[in-house]
Amino acid sequence: MKYVIKKLLSCAITLLIVALLVFVAFSIIPGDPALSRLGTSATESSLAALREQMGLNRPLPVRFVEWLLAALKGDFGTSYSYNIPVSSMIMSKIPITVTMMIMSLFFMLIISIPLGVYASYKEGTWIDRVIQIINQVIMAVPPFFSGILITLIFGVTFRFFRVGGFVAPGVDMGRFLSYMIFPSLSIALPKSAMILNLLYGSLNSEKTKDYIRTAYSRGNSSKAVFFGHMLKNAAMPVITFLGMVIADMIAGSIIIEQVFGIPGLGRILLTSIQNRDYPVVEAIIVMIAAVVLVSNLLVDFLYRLVDPRVEKK
Amino acid sequence: MKRNSDKINFILGLILLIIVIIPALIGLVWTPYDPEAMSSSSKLAGVSLKHLMGCDNFGRDVLSRIMSGSSITLIIAFGTVALGTVVGTVLGALAGFLGGAFDEVLMRINDVFLAFPSILLAMVMVALLGSGKYQVMLALGIAFIPSYARIVRGEFIRIKNLDYVKSARLAGAGNLRIIFVHILPNIKTVLLSSVMIGFNNAVLAEAGLSFLGIGVQPPDASLGRMLSEAQAYFFTRPTLALFPGIVIVMMILGFSLMSKEIR
Amino acid sequence: MKNRFSLFLVLMLTSVMAIALCGCGGNKADDNSLITIGIPQDLDESLDPHIAEGAGTREVLFNIYEGLVKPNSDGDLEPAVASKYSISDDGLVYTFTLRDGVTFHNGDPVTAEDVKASLDKCAGTGSEEPLVAAFSIVKEINIVDDSTIEVVLKEANPDFLASMTAAIMPAGHLDGTAEVIGTGPYMYVSRSPQENVILKAYDGYWGEKAHIKNVVLKIVPNADTIVMELEGGSIDMMERLSTTQAAQLSDKFEVLEGTMNLVQALYLNNSVEPFNNTKVRQALCYAIDPQEIMDYVSDGKGTEVGSSMFPAFTKYFDRSLNDVYNRDVDKAKELLAEAGYPDGFTFTISVASNYAQHVDTAQVIKEQLKEIGVTAEINLIEWDSWLNDVYIGRQFESTVVGVDASTLSASAMLGRFESTSGKNFTNYNNAEYDEAYNKAISITDDAEQTKAYKQCERILAEDAANVYIQDLPNMVAVNKKFAGYEFYPMYVMDIASMYIVE
Repeated sequence: MKYVIKKLLSCAITLLIVALLVFVAFSIIPGDPALSRLGTSATESSLAALREQMGLNRPLPVRFVEWLLAALKGDFGTSYSYNIPVSSMIMSKIPITVTMMIMSLFFMLIISIPLGVYASYKEGTWIDRVIQIINQVIMAVPPFFSGILITLIFGVTFRFFRVGGFVAPGVDMGRFLSYMIFPSLSIALPKSAMILNLLYGSLNSEKTKDYIRTAYSRGNSSKAVFFGHMLKNAAMPVITFLGMVIADMIAGSIIIEQVFGIPGLGRILLTSIQNRDYPVVEAIIVMIAAVVLVSNLLVDFLYRLVDPRVEKK
Repeated sequence: MKRNSDKINFILGLILLIIVIIPALIGLVWTPYDPEAMSSSSKLAGVSLKHLMGCDNFGRDVLSRIMSGSSITLIIAFGTVALGTVVGTVLGALAGFLGGAFDEVLMRINDVFLAFPSILLAMVMVALLGSGKYQVMLALGIAFIPSYARIVRGEFIRIKNLDYVKSARLAGAGNLRIIFVHILPNIKTVLLSSVMIGFNNAVLAEAGLSFLGIGVQPPDASLGRMLSEAQAYFFTRPTLALFPGIVIVMMILGFSLMSKEIR
Repeated sequence: MKNRFSLFLVLMLTSVMAIALCGCGGNKADDNSLITIGIPQDLDESLDPHIAEGAGTREVLFNIYEGLVKPNSDGDLEPAVASKYSISDDGLVYTFTLRDGVTFHNGDPVTAEDVKASLDKCAGTGSEEPLVAAFSIVKEINIVDDSTIEVVLKEANPDFLASMTAAIMPAGHLDGTAEVIGTGPYMYVSRSPQENVILKAYDGYWGEKAHIKNVVLKIVPNADTIVMELEGGSIDMMERLSTTQAAQLSDKFEVLEGTMNLVQALYLNNSVEPFNNTKVRQALCYAIDPQEIMDYVSDGKGTEVGSSMFPAFTKYFDRSLNDVYNRDVDKAKELLAEAGYPDGFTFTISVASNYAQHVDTAQVIKEQLKEIGVTAEINLIEWDSWLNDVYIGRQFESTVVGVDASTLSASAMLGRFESTSGKNFTNYNNAEYDEAYNKAISITDDAEQTKAYKQCERILAEDAANVYIQDLPNMVAVNKKFAGYEFYPMYVMDIASMYIVE
């Protein structure tokens, strides 16, 4: 329990520093947000009034604390370019990106686990080799290229889906989900190859371990040994990897949204960075950092759950 | 058996990289055509003996652009890895060696940076620094520092407590001597392998940023940017997307195969 | 643990199968009164028709808001919210009779108070500066009776009627940023940032009602994916394609060809080194060949322009200005040497990345300038940054963009080069021009005024204020399921004229 509290605390501190760094970085950037909001009709007096209203003329630490307190309540301020609350802007995009990530996580597992197990089972045969070679190549395909290839093959050639098509989940859930399949697959493919590789490696090393031999010699069926011992132990590195993969998937989804024309969090982040809509950028960055930190934490806990021997690193 | 297959991996990786790097190196001094020269007569020309990979919408030779684009990508990757390794090693070494409060603060900051996917961190950096070749190099370099720092720190802590270091210290060796003579040479394999992975990640990140339009700026050729521009000609000239894409895959595959052996 | 996991797997698998099944066959028959139109960037933050700067925002607002008069597809002004108007002989008093039965999208009828409040807002009555520059000559706006409004000017200006296209908004809802309530054929429904803007036909419209009931304006920020989105069927129509994009489309699409009605130029910030030197600007004009640009960017289509006026403005367009500079590399080098840059210089061209034609033009310009030893670096930025940094903030060296006319008047194209104009983003400062322009706008005789405007154009060309290039061809791709698209001599997208072909 003490361990859990300690971990949670350090996670919170890290997040606080993230928020501080992000806030300071975007505050000292040159450029006047008030001017960019008012445009050509700006007069000195209206500028001053808006700066006052946006709180821009108060000291940085005060602004940070206020921002932080408001953020804790879910209020991330107002978007410069849309003049609507950042939270509502982000909230409407979260389901899109989260759906895409859950789907790709799912694809990752159903592709990599059976194939990894199969390849390990067939270790040394030509099937194993073929899987290894294909796997090695797929691992090296960056998500945007896999997206382009999938678009070329399934969108342009076979017309399985409408290229660039998108329906908001609120409009038609079924069609929304169908439009998410190929983008999710594009994110999942290279990552599945990595998981497959990892699982394959750890299964093979488990095979040679003494306890497995002992289990066999006791007359246990190979199935029982496999599911009862090997898979469980071999799953450990995979779980660690899944934790790390979350961060990569977020990065991948930003790019994939661009390839498939999906207006999710990634698109908002990208355009906000380019438009210097800093309240939005700050909010999204802090959120992503929070997701990454929490998922790392979960992996850590899960790890201890699967294998209680892990007390301290 | 195990060693054998790794050797094969290494050789395969090397071959792939040679195929990609040699044209890129040549691309620094010579390309079949000027990669930026336009020609209205060869707009979107197909693959031919004259233009081995065809031409883009400005009639620019795709092979020439890939050659100069890969050299830009590799230069950026090199700069990124160099910056990341040097600064990361120094910080990691200091943290690992000195320990204490310095270590604690540095690792806390490290954790902060590691909470971001590197491409996201680079995006933020680009937002702060602006886009362009050198900015991308700097942004990615900074984004790469934490992972090197962490690796080096771990190694330092491990080796610091080994007997031979302890005895060197007893023999009166100074800190600098211990760092440079006793510890650094012993982490070079670990470092070399992460440098290879670093190249791998840098190529990926640069291509990603340029693909998003916030990396290398036109008309500089960049593999990521070429891929992005090729999307406009999917229906008529899919090869415009395939060639730069395959080159990126070959680079990444080469680096990852080689890093496997070194590990 | 194990069992739960496999149960989870099975559940996930079946759900995905279900999704895949209903999804792939799921492109059900299109609702026949919906059109999805691609737009290259999100609309401005403010949908206030009096404030919106971006041409892309104004062309959408054209469908939502109307003025007392509005332009038709020939470019003539027709009565809209007003049913008729008269102009006094001295050109100082404009009297408008309001049309019966015009209602706002919230159902309220348009009253004289609404009109006065809207026009007062533009004229900035009560504050020191008019919100809309053309209203600076308005003296007062009077309600004559319930259906008559009178606009009195300080000085006559034949161009003034064009300013009466200014949107009429409800008196109580003058802040278009907060609410979008107009009188046009379409009403605003909603917008989702970076995703779309949704419009619906207004049933209470006074004129011919829109044929297509629902409009989705889908944001397609990546110019490289336009062809895919059209072919893939996710958008039905897109304006301003490049010829290369249009050439790739299958016969599912009708490609209409018009002009964009704008002046594309390499706009130079006249207040920064070295562009504050006339000889440098002239050298660039000699080095850049508009015809070659057109060859690359639009397969030779497009019309060369030599000053800040596009050809559709036949009254004001002066073709002879195209020949003030013809490509002459030696002459350009000579001028550069005289200006003190014998070895050339390096500068940055900032271009909005969502406009393929401008990006392409910048790349051709870079190549052309190499020949005179000048190095151009291209900096691609997002539309919003362009608007803020270049147009509003004027923090740039040069930019390639198209400047259009917000109203059908010569002053809309020429006023921005007057040194004190709020729209003078190139910081052009030429006393001779200021004098010529101010003289031109005060002339009341139409023929004389036209001549004076042409003189202004000539000054801009000879002084090489910017490197004027072309009016771009406007290739509009429309899915053959739809028809009725009309070109306007200005930057307008009239959705109400479109209908479904059965």
